[in-house]
Amino acid sequence: MLISIASGKGGTGKTTLALLLAAAHSQVTLLDCDVEEPNCHLFLQPQWQAAGQDITVMVPHIDSDRCTGCGACSAVCLFSAIAISGNSAILFDELCHSCGGCLLACQQAAISEEQKTIGTLTAGTAAAHPGIYLLKGTLKVGTPSAVPLIKQMKQTGLQLAGDILIDCPPGTSCSMVTAVKDSDFCILVTEPTPFGRHDLELALNITRLLRLPTGVVLNKSDGAAGDESIETFCASRQVPILAKIPHSLAFARQYAAGCIPGEFQSIAASIWQQLKAERSAGT
Amino acid sequence: MKELVIVSGKGGTGKTSISAALACLAPQKVLADCDVDAANFHLVSGATIRETHTFTAGFEPHIDEAACSHCGKCTSLCRFGAINSGIITAPLNCEGCGVCAFNCPEHAIAMKEKQAGHWFISHTRFGSLIHAELGLSVENSGKLVSKVRQEAKKMAATEHLPLIITDGPPGIGCPAIAALSGATLALAVVEPSVSGMHDLGRLADLADHFRLPLAICINKSTLHQENTNQMITWCLSKGLPVFGQIPYSDTFRTAAQSGQTVLEMPHSDVKKELTILWQNIASHLRLPSQTSTLDLLLQKLNIFR
Ligand code: SF4
Ligand code: SF4
Ligand code: SF4
Ligand code: SF4
Repeated sequence: MLISIASGKGGTGKTTLALLLAAAHSQVTLLDCDVEEPNCHLFLQPQWQAAGQDITVMVPHIDSDRCTGCGACSAVCLFSAIAISGNSAILFDELCHSCGGCLLACQQAAISEEQKTIGTLTAGTAAAHPGIYLLKGTLKVGTPSAVPLIKQMKQTGLQLAGDILIDCPPGTSCSMVTAVKDSDFCILVTEPTPFGRHDLELALNITRLLRLPTGVVLNKSDGAAGDESIETFCASRQVPILAKIPHSLAFARQYAAGCIPGEFQSIAASIWQQLKAERSAGT
Repeated sequence: MKELVIVSGKGGTGKTSISAALACLAPQKVLADCDVDAANFHLVSGATIRETHTFTAGFEPHIDEAACSHCGKCTSLCRFGAINSGIITAPLNCEGCGVCAFNCPEHAIAMKEKQAGHWFISHTRFGSLIHAELGLSVENSGKLVSKVRQEAKKMAATEHLPLIITDGPPGIGCPAIAALSGATLALAVVEPSVSGMHDLGRLADLADHFRLPLAICINKSTLHQENTNQMITWCLSKGLPVFGQIPYSDTFRTAAQSGQTVLEMPHSDVKKELTILWQNIASHLRLPSQTSTLDLLLQKLNIFR
């Protein structure tokens, strides 16, 4: 079962929930797809296996001896990744989407493709929680799009057996969509504030668009007015609330120190039960 | 005109709450919300929208069904698996690259500009706010961020305001880069946790990459005093000034729940530390650090404490 954990925005407790769920399972693979700021490893302290794998994309390589500077490549590049200067083409590879359009357009066969590294993928078994196998993606600083890296991480993860948890990037942009896509169930984490409600709505629009079975976990709940507004909202959109995690300063302190506190283990266990029930109902 | 951009390695560090508090303290400014993926500043500042504009960016294919001969060339050339013989089967996969359009033998596909979101000019309790909303699952958040900054600059120029306060996007990806490039000062709001230290390191690399002055505000500093101390030592060793330390306070939560800034709450317990933060920023930017006359009046009337 592939379970993605997302939220309209960062800081709602996505990573916390992913870690809680992972720690409450006997054997699980955790994909840290928050590749701009992967954090799961800080809590799991995995023994990394071998060297990390470079993740690459294909970008054009322009052979300046063959290029006549005709400009056909730059005319078809809708991302302005190629400019013509004098009588030769220059590539701005940060803007390239690897579509291959320029390759098709060049009549001089001056363009070939080469690999460019955009990040790394490392994997290992958690020292403190040996049941957790972690795959961590790290985007190279200065790389604008995380999408190809996340795609390749998921491909690697899906070859492994058993349940897989995905800690998704925040927001509702293309990287988040790439991360949640094709999951069997998506958990949206939110907080009982107007911010939380607003961002939950954006995230729900995405899971609706993708037709993903979705549930909500209400983090830092305090049983007050804020909770009710999320409950009313979820009821109106017919999305179940899987669990409420109370606000706890003790938890926050242990978490700040880099531990996965045991405090909410029973809540995590009950979420797993609901996910399993959802799966047997779905099949 | 000075541009202060508030960033965080990650969401949830209290960036928006601190931006809102600074908006409350700074006397003359334009506000900008560059967290276009999940804009929240309008919620805390009581925004009423004055102007709505459409934002277009990127392209999408439009197919003339009558002209398509279903030859399948587009299917084989599209590297993103978005099209099948003249039918867009997976719109979310389409990158808008135009390879299908430029290579269709029947010229059945036209690439048209895509509506990618909206941007707004709003009136708030703290002055004018430029903010935006990106369409779902759209790229180009970097471009929308640049648009918001450009409009904020225009407004600051026409209204003769010396400062722009920007609530930046989290992370270090393209929206963060778009929000930071060329700004006067970046203020990183960080937490004293193991992940917070890690995120700060990546953010410092990014600021370094763009040769941008970076100052630090440690939020929830009392959550883990040891980490806070370690973070300060680290910042000093890197030559990064620590402009503020805000103790952990439940008032931030109650303020967020009631749609107020933390300084507008009765018995706000972090007013002193936030004021110090603002004074440090103001002196760095050579702005008058005096808070607004209304704020001074309220202070005198003892409304805050
Ligand atoms: S299309 Fe080919 S020959 Fe023409 S400018 Fe581009 S690379 Fe050079
Ligand atoms: S591969 Fe596509 S995006 Fe990259 S330079 Fe060529 S045309 Fe532009
Ligand atoms: S390449 Fe053009 S004609 Fe051929 S299937 Fe695609 S749209 Fe139709
Ligand atoms: S525009 Fe590019 S990604 Fe979209 S369908 Fe055409 S070839 Fe595929």
